Parts: sequence; C-alpha cells; structure tokens
Amino acid sequence: MRLICPHCGERDRREFTYQGAAEILDRPSLEVGNDDWADYLHLRENPAGETKDMWYHDPCGAWIVMHRDTVSHAVHGGELALEVRK
Amino acid sequence: MRIPGKGLIDTSKTVSFSFDGRRIEGVEGDTVASALLANDVRLVARSFKYHRPRGVLTAGSEEPNALVTTGSGAGAEPNVRATMVEIHEGLEVKSQNRWPSLGFDVLSVNDLAAPFFGAGFYYKTFMWPGVLWEKLYEPLIRRAAGLGALSGKNNEDRYERAYAFCDLLVIGAGPAGLMAALTAARAGADVILADEDSRMGGRLLAESEEIDGKPGHVWAAEVLAELAGMENVRLMPRTTVTGAYDQGTYGALERVGLHKAAGGHLPRECFWRIVARRSILAAGALERPIAFPNNDRPGIMNAGAVRAYLNRWGVATGKRVAVYGNNDGAHQTARDLMAAGVEVAAVIDSRKDASVALDAPVITGGRVIGTKGRLGLEEITVASASGERQIKADCLAMSGGWNPTVHLACHMNGRPVWDEAIQSFVPKPGMIPGMEAAGAANGVFSTAGCLADGARAGEAAASDLGKKAAKAKLPKASDSAYSLEPLWVVEGKGRQWLDFQNDVTVKDVRLAAKENYRSVEHMKRYTTQGMAPDQGKNSNVAALAVLADATGRGIPETGTTTYRPPFVPVSIAAMGAGAQGKGFAPQRFTTSHAASVERGAPMIEAGMWYRPSYFPRPGESTWRQACDREVAMVREAVGICDVSTLGKIDVQGPDAAAFLDFVYTNTMSTLPVGKVRYGLMLREDGHVMDDGTCARFGEGHFVITTTTAAAALVMRHLEFVAQGLRPDLDVQLVSVTEQWAQVGVVGPKSRDLLNDLLDAPISDETLPYMGHQAAQVMGVKGRLFRISFSGEHAYELAVPARYGEALYRVLVARAEMLGGGAYGMEALNVLRIEKGHITHAEIHGRTTAFDIGFDKMISRKKDCVGQKMAAREGMVEESREQLVGLKPVGAVKQLTAGAHIFVEDAQAKRENDQGYVTSVCYSPTVQSFLGLGFLKNGRARYGERVRLVDHLRGVEAVCEVVNPVFFDPEGGRLRG
Repeated sequence: MRLICPHCGERDRREFTYQGAAEILDRPSLEVGNDDWADYLHLRENPAGETKDMWYHDPCGAWIVMHRDTVSHAVHGGELALEVRK
Repeated sequence: MRIPGKGLIDTSKTVSFSFDGRRIEGVEGDTVASALLANDVRLVARSFKYHRPRGVLTAGSEEPNALVTTGSGAGAEPNVRATMVEIHEGLEVKSQNRWPSLGFDVLSVNDLAAPFFGAGFYYKTFMWPGVLWEKLYEPLIRRAAGLGALSGKNNEDRYERAYAFCDLLVIGAGPAGLMAALTAARAGADVILADEDSRMGGRLLAESEEIDGKPGHVWAAEVLAELAGMENVRLMPRTTVTGAYDQGTYGALERVGLHKAAGGHLPRECFWRIVARRSILAAGALERPIAFPNNDRPGIMNAGAVRAYLNRWGVATGKRVAVYGNNDGAHQTARDLMAAGVEVAAVIDSRKDASVALDAPVITGGRVIGTKGRLGLEEITVASASGERQIKADCLAMSGGWNPTVHLACHMNGRPVWDEAIQSFVPKPGMIPGMEAAGAANGVFSTAGCLADGARAGEAAASDLGKKAAKAKLPKASDSAYSLEPLWVVEGKGRQWLDFQNDVTVKDVRLAAKENYRSVEHMKRYTTQGMAPDQGKNSNVAALAVLADATGRGIPETGTTTYRPPFVPVSIAAMGAGAQGKGFAPQRFTTSHAASVERGAPMIEAGMWYRPSYFPRPGESTWRQACDREVAMVREAVGICDVSTLGKIDVQGPDAAAFLDFVYTNTMSTLPVGKVRYGLMLREDGHVMDDGTCARFGEGHFVITTTTAAAALVMRHLEFVAQGLRPDLDVQLVSVTEQWAQVGVVGPKSRDLLNDLLDAPISDETLPYMGHQAAQVMGVKGRLFRISFSGEHAYELAVPARYGEALYRVLVARAEMLGGGAYGMEALNVLRIEKGHITHAEIHGRTTAFDIGFDKMISRKKDCVGQKMAAREGMVEESREQLVGLKPVGAVKQLTAGAHIFVEDAQAKRENDQGYVTSVCYSPTVQSFLGLGFLKNGRARYGERVRLVDHLRGVEAVCEVVNPVFFDPEGGRLRG
C-alpha cells in the first residue's frame, strides 16, 4: 500500500502510523454533553467506499487526512490536518 | 539422453552433483531436471498421498512432481522444483516422501488401498472417537502423506530484501515481454524486466522457430543486448514476480546465489518490493496435461516441456516418443524430435479431422486409454475408430492446450474471463490498476501475435507515462493459427490424474460434485485439488471442466477459485530477510552504555533501549545484594544514573504555554522561567496517558520530558494536537531525546559532588527544588535541573550527547570518592516504590487521574485533552480501584506484581476480587517488602488487612493497606 504525504509524496505504508477516522478532528467543546462526547470518541462509520482517515507520517511528522476508497483500495490523496482545520 | 550438437548450452563444461547419493554428470546451464533427463533418470519423486512413482512433467516453476530437497544440514531446502534448480559442482539433491528408497517405497502400499482413499476419506474415517485425532490419526497421516521435511535447525544462510522503483515493470521476458520492454525503454521509460528463468527469452529458448530469419533465441539475445546497454533498463533474471499489491507494488523473489554453492559472498535469495507506475504481464502460458487413465507415469510429460528439453538443453526425453494432443502445437513436438533423430512412435491427435503432415505414424481421432510401466512408461494403449492397439514408448508428450498465466492479474480479487477459442481464462483489463496483459498471458498464442501484442502494450504503457513511443517495426515470425478441440478427460480403466501434486483424480472431483460440493471453492477444499506448492497451475482449468461437466454447468458459470499471492512458493527466510534478531528488535544504546558494561552491569531492555540493571561489586553474589547496596548508597551518599532514555521534547512558539495548558491537565502557562513542574497528560477518553516534567526556558520555550516507554507515542500525540486540534496555536515541537545526554546525580551528597565539578557553584538559593538553570561543567555548556524521582535531594545534568560518556564516567568516579557510585534500574525501581512514585506499571492505560490520587491536578479553569471524559461519574467513583501501598504484616517470602487482592478472610476467587498489585520490591530503607497496587475504595481503607493471592505463582501474603508514600512522606529530603 502506498499513501500520499503532501510534503514527501507517495510513500510506503510502513512509513505511516494509522489513527482512525478523520472525525477525530471535530473535537466538541466542554459545553457539549457527555453523550455527544462519547459519540465523538467512540462511534465510527464503517464505510464501504470513500473514506477519510488520519495517518501520521513518521519521517516528517505530518498528520494527514487521507482520502481513500475501502472497496477499490485507491488512495486519492492526502491533506495536511493543519490545512483542513484552518 | 543428450543429443550432440543440440541445445543452447555449452556441453563441454561438465558439472557434477549427487542425486540420492548417486553422482550425476550434467553441464553448465542444466537444471536438476534437465541433467537427470540427460542421464535417463526418469523416476524422480514419490507422490504426496499414494506414493506413486513420478517423473518430471514440465520445464518450469509449475512443476508438480519433481520436488526434491537440496543441500543438507541446517541449509537443506525441501520441496524445491527440480526444474528450477540450476546445478553447480557438489550440489546435493535428494528425493522425498519415500522409504527406504525411491525405487522401493514401502508406503506405496497406499496406492493399492487407493479405492478407500478417495476425496473426503479422512473427513469420513477419522471422525470418531475424537480424542484419537490428535494422538493417533493426525501423526499417522502426517507421516504417510507429505512432501519434504524441514531440517528443524536454524538456517544461518544469508537472505536479503530490497526495494526498487520504476516506470514500467515487465513481467516475463519471452517474445511479448521483450517487445514491450524494448518499445517502452526506447521511448525513455525506466523499465525493469523480470523473468523467473536463469536465462531470458521465454519460449524462444524452447522452440525451433525463427524471428526475422534467425533462430528465435538469437533474436532474443540481440534484444537483450540492446536492453542491457540502456541506462534506463534493469534486467532481473532469476526473479519471479510473486504478487501484485495495492498502488503498483509488486513482490518479487530473486534467486541470487542459489545457483552457486552456499557460503559464498552472495545471499541465497532476495525478496524485492518493486513499485511500478505501470506493469505489463507477459508471463506466458502454461500447458495443461490430459486426464487419461494412468497418465502419471514417469516419462509422460507436457509436450512443450519435451520441446524445451530438446531445443534448449539438447536432451531427448525418450528413445521412442509418442505424442498426444488436441491441438496443432503438439505436432511441432514430433517435428522437432524427428529433426533431432529421435524416433517418434506415434502422433495421436484427438481431433478426427486434424490434418497432420508428418513423416510419422499418425492416429487422428485417437485416445490414449491406458499406459504401462511400473517405474517408468513402457507402453501406451490407443483407441481409435480402427480399434485398440498397444504402442511401445518410453516417453509420451501430451498437450491439452495452454492456459494463459493470469495469476498476477487476479491477485486483487479480479476474476478472469473465459475465452471459448482457446478454452481457457484470460485477464480482463483493469483487474490490477496500471497492469496490462500481453502475449500468451493475454491469450495470444502465435509468436508473431505475441511480438505485436508486446509492442502494443509497450507503446500504451509509454504513452500512459507521458512518453512518446516510436512505432515499433515488428519482426517477422510464425503466425500459425492455434486451433484446438476441448479435451479434458479420457474415459477408461484406471485413474485419470488431474492434480499430480495432490494426487487428485477425475473421480475425486466427480465424487465432490456428487456429495454436493458443487462450488469450485468447496470442491477445492474437499479434494485438495489446487493446493500445495503448484497451487493448481497444471490442473485448475481441467478440474474446473470436470466439475462443470459433473454439475451440468458451463465452465465460465462454474467460475475459478481465488488466485492469491505468492505465484510460486517464497521461502520465509527471504520474506523475513533483515527482520531476524536485531533487525526485528533494533537496539538503542545510551552514551554511557560502554561504561556500564565495563562495570559488569547486566543490561536489560527498556523499549528498544538497553539500561544497566545493577552494578555488581566483588563479594556480591546476587542482584539483590547489589540493589540493596545501591539503594542505601543513594539514600546515604550519592548515586549516578543515566536517564537519557526519557523522551525530551523541545516546545517553542508564542503559543507554547497555551499549547501545554491544553495537553497537560495542570497549568503550565503560570510556570515561571527557570522552574520545573510535574505534569500529567490524559488521553481524550479521560485515562492517564503519560507523566513527566515541564521546564520553562523562556516565555515561548519549554522542554518537557516523557517516560521512556511513551516517548514516541507522546510526540505523535502532541503533533496531533498541534496540527489537528489546535492549529490556531503557533507552536513547534521537536524531539531532542538523542541530542542530550542526561544523568541523574541523586542523594544527600549530590550538591557537594556537583559543586566540585561545576564552573559556578550552586546553593539552595540559586537552585531550589524544582528549579533549573544553565550550567557549565568543565567548560561544557549544559542544563541543570533540580528534580527527583527518588525522593532525595537530586539533580539531572544534561549535556550535548557527545559529552555524555565523559560526563557519566566523571560523575561515577566522583560519586565513588564520596561513598556512592553508579546505580541501575533495580535500585531506581526500589527508590521510586519507596516514594510511591508511579510508572507505566501503574499508568497502564486503564487508570484515571482519580485512581492515582491526582484528580486535583486536573485544572477546571481551562480545557485540556481528556478533561471532559475524566469528569464522568464512573471515572471518579469512590468504589474505583485506587492506588495504595501494601506492606506485609509479619514475615513474608516475597510479594509479586500481578497478585490479586482479597479481603483477608474472603475466598480467593474472581467474585471477591478487590484489586491487584502492580509493583513490588524489597526496601532496604524500610526493611520490608513493599507493594503498590490498586484496591477498591483504597484510600479509605488505610490500616485494613488484605490478602494478596498470586494464583499463577502460588504466592500468598497478608498485607496492611497503607499510604503509597512509604518513605519521607513530608518530602523533607527533597529540599534539604
């Protein structure tokens, strides 16, 4: 598997650490209730097809939102988490 | 028998090797199979289940019969295909699955009992009684059935792994692959051409055809010479592409040194990971045998293999050869044999209307319905319109047509499509993104067709890669049409073998269908057809045809089984190359490593790091003696300990303080410059992640430490927070763990020691507890922290890593002069347990700040990671297991971490479990065993007696629950 780092280009999967769905970026505020916090932490979609997930590129230290397809295994590209959230 | 003047190898260079102890003479360029055949050795192996005598069937990696063991001792390699092993002087080859010898094999009685051993025999017979399966049936079956055996010893041979990148990977160097590689390479693409044979050229080496008026192998050699001269081309012979994976990644196995004696400078094999933007599958086609009665005797071979042995290795596979086929290609075998002066006994064509222009006895509409010859073919029986007749022959060349080698194209679960004209499966485009099939692998069987298809695929790949390929001038070659009539099974008396490797017959497949294993996947598992090293390369399509017929369906509706990597067996040693020993577990050494080892310290693993366990002194015979002395030394004088393995992260930026407030539970923005604060980090789910210290160097500059074990995890987490959760904060992080060597100077005499060494002395006023400052030691600039993990008056002195070893040696020497010295991990652990300080034994991922008594450290004045979830009811309940100290009541032999805690008089069973022990030690300071553990509602139970039970080790102890800080609870020693 080859993933795309916006800094370093296409690299081998073994250079990356997987984190989970990109929803983790949408952190609720303290005012939000426990149920919604629990959803944010623990509930995940299990999509067949397009998905966005978090990968850490160990060599350059970038957190990346990877756009992939779980059915075709295509990797469409990666965005820096920093850019996504700005 | 070798025919003088035939073949492409130099017969003047003889090479000898042994087969079952017998000396065999071959020539350079021979495989074990070709050399054995040249010496008229037809019996090479015994079959898997019935121990049937078997000989060489093919001339390639698909060989199902001729499996042998090469080498001896630890380097012995079982189940290698004699067709793929190149001989070298002194090579040892042994046959397998026979006892006492290949010619007389006792277990061939299995063959007589064959009527009982059909598909599913084991499933049906050994069902009852169940207890006997493991003890009796399985060991018996395993002994009787099988292939070669592993040596059971550690193989010390060298294997490698490697990586390659290219624009275009061409798989197979036959006519199609050569044309494709040439076309794309001329257009400027970076090309890797991989072929599993030792010599490139594919079928051009095995056929007597001409290209552009010259022998095919000469044309191939010219193309290869041009490719070899191009900088953008890498030729990889002896390299089998074994699998196609996501994003253009391919696995490939190169036989680097297998063709030479072991022990040289070459590794045996290399496992490649090749990343290619495009690939062309030009892997050719595999000929299929015909399932006629008793079609498995040594001497019965695929026709294409007979031609290969003749044309490439100059070997006649028999003195009197019969040819049997359902297609025109088989006729060429007879032509080549006759041209070489070998007698052709008969040409049997299953097609009634076949026109065969040959100067040999021809039987059209004929069927081979039986064979004779116990250890090798002697006679065949042929039936035709004119009746039955016996024909003497010691070799039968058979051809049931060809199957395109579609395997790699199917590795991502694509299914090939049925091609009626060739009665086989061909790849469909797009099964592997970026891959295209060409030539015979694409169902194109004429040489001219292969050349044209290869050129087409090469042009297409070049154009995809943004390169412009010049229109290739196609060489002239034979364009004879390939026509065949389906011929899967010939009925008659005797077993018709489909899968030679697994001893599966037509009857077995029909039985599977009859017992309702109609799905091809079920049939495969019920009969074992298509398993084992050849993975059905010789039998899949024919078995499918039999199953389709037995279930009244067409072949395409019946479908194929799943093709999975690897295409050929890959030795685990090659796949795991570089990942044994230190490759699997790399070692990290501190700068003081050599100094510790010199002092005789046993080194223990801490993550990847190695740290000294203790420093034995003369007269100390156990680790405990050394440890007790080191603890006392620290409490009474001064101890030295390298703490460089702790993670160190430099945090800088205008928003560094705000960032740290967000990742730590406590507030760091209020920390004055020059001060250090203990910090606790939570995971977002409210559990403790790590702890450490945070030192402020400037308004926007901090250095934080992490535990040794969690250093990488914390770095990744902080980057995640900085980039993903708080991109609004202007902060930068960098790990400086390896840049600084940091040494703990610990104990009441620590300041005296340092003041002897520092360029400017320190005092309580200039450097109070939890302070830090720049320091200079013997002219080297460093950092001095007054922090303590042991509860003693202590410092950590950090210098650039290059001075680490020198600093450590100086500190240990000075400490020894003051009655102290170096201490190791054992003493470090005792010191921290005495003080109730936690490590990852306590913050193991399921404990909260509340559990360890730190919930007041979660500031409510700000948001921080984990704050919300840590405040949930269940996370702060009194009934939770809370950190406590455990001190034995009366004498005990030992305490053990992992023991569970019970009310003193309660039964020690799960329902009564009250908690567990995480850390234990013998404390020379308190002169008692001590334990840390988690106990339900523990902080309210100080003074209570509990029972510790370790069911695993059979240890019990009664303890009193106490405050986890056993020693100096007021902390006076820290500040003193």
